[in-house]
Amino acid sequence: MIALLRRDLSLAVRAGGGFGLGLAFFLIIVVLVPFGVGPEAAVLSRIAPGILWVAALLAALLSLDRIFALDFEDGTLPLLATSPLPLEGVALIKGVAHWITTGLPLTLAAPAFGFLLNLDPSAYVWLLASLALGTPALSMIGTFGAALTVGLRRGGLLMSLLVLPLYVPTLIFGAETVRRGALGLDAITPLLMLAGITLGSFALLPFATSSALRVNLK
Amino acid sequence: MSIWEYANPKKFIATTTPLVPWVLGVAIACLVVGLVWGFFLTPDDFRQGSTVKIIYLHVPAALMAINAWFMMLAMSLIWLVRRHHVSALAARAAAPVGIVMTLIALITGAIWGQPMWGTWWAWDPRLTSFLILFLFYLGYMALWEAIEDPDTAADLTSVLCIVGSVFAVLSRYAVNFWNQGLHQGTSIPVATGERTISDVFFVPLLICMVGFGLLFLALVLIRTQTEIRVRRIRALEIRMRS
Repeated sequence: MIALLRRDLSLAVRAGGGFGLGLAFFLIIVVLVPFGVGPEAAVLSRIAPGILWVAALLAALLSLDRIFALDFEDGTLPLLATSPLPLEGVALIKGVAHWITTGLPLTLAAPAFGFLLNLDPSAYVWLLASLALGTPALSMIGTFGAALTVGLRRGGLLMSLLVLPLYVPTLIFGAETVRRGALGLDAITPLLMLAGITLGSFALLPFATSSALRVNLK
Repeated sequence: MSIWEYANPKKFIATTTPLVPWVLGVAIACLVVGLVWGFFLTPDDFRQGSTVKIIYLHVPAALMAINAWFMMLAMSLIWLVRRHHVSALAARAAAPVGIVMTLIALITGAIWGQPMWGTWWAWDPRLTSFLILFLFYLGYMALWEAIEDPDTAADLTSVLCIVGSVFAVLSRYAVNFWNQGLHQGTSIPVATGERTISDVFFVPLLICMVGFGLLFLALVLIRTQTEIRVRRIRALEIRMRS
């Protein structure tokens, strides 16, 4: 499993665009929003939690179809399926690798983007915590969506449609955590719900992902 | 003799064909009686006036929109466990009916909401969760259409349906948490049995609910038969070509 994780990470780094693409997309959204809604600081700081979370979600969505597509095309995926490693483990590692290449850099970079959107200083802790706890769920759900559409030509748009409703709870609790944090309210409840979703995704979704992969590799 | 005998497509068609006209007939009768009674023979509500009458379309459609998904979930589980093709086809057949029910509930809700709340749409938990349900149906149907091989499609959509159900329930709670509601609470709480709706409105509403339920059943039976026949035709075509 560790070897697979290493392989995926080094592929992401060496193929280029692995770490950068999601971040660049995040930056684009954060830069475009003030042009769209106007530069008033009060408006920006009010919508900043939601914008940051939506941007993180879209950045994760953007890179999803790379999770299995390349391995499927060059024949690595059937090899992985017949290896002694259980396919559930492969699914889990793929999700983790996706998180390390998109979710983790987004989480680390988020305070800087929060600064650009004039986010309330008291919300930074909550922003970091909610992204750190929530983006793994985005990666796991996305891995499931990618597994469903892996054999399809032009599956990208379909995958977005499938994954979008599944992302709703994560987005709501994530943005709510930051919003409450910015208002100085108690933000621990939505954060715990977010952690619950993430743990549930890690516990259950690898099974769904691997069964979808098995069907697609049959 | 067990219920699984009806999973044989031939037996399924033989059993349901004589049943369909009856189910459809009773459904139409219930709908005609319920809707005419509801629209013309009930008094106007003292606060909402005549707009309350859209309830006879809105509530049964919303009920069936959710129950259709539950039915698809049950059919998906049966397909995954026992691999009866009829159940997978029934799930496929139910999805378009379910999405239409969702749309009816959303549209009648908007028409009702406009005079009552002064807005066509509000980001209220109930409304939002129905919009999400609509997206689930859309994704489910798109996945069916996108995959060529019928068994692969049945497998993948079943997995999607199960995962989707978990997230649909989760979304329901999440949107409740996210925003306080404008939509009124349920008028017919099943758990407590205390109705907040008076019998004058309730009896025609109940008839409409039964009518929508039977209409759903009839449509799903017809559509499942069609799916079975489409698949037979395809099998024949393949045999003729080879």
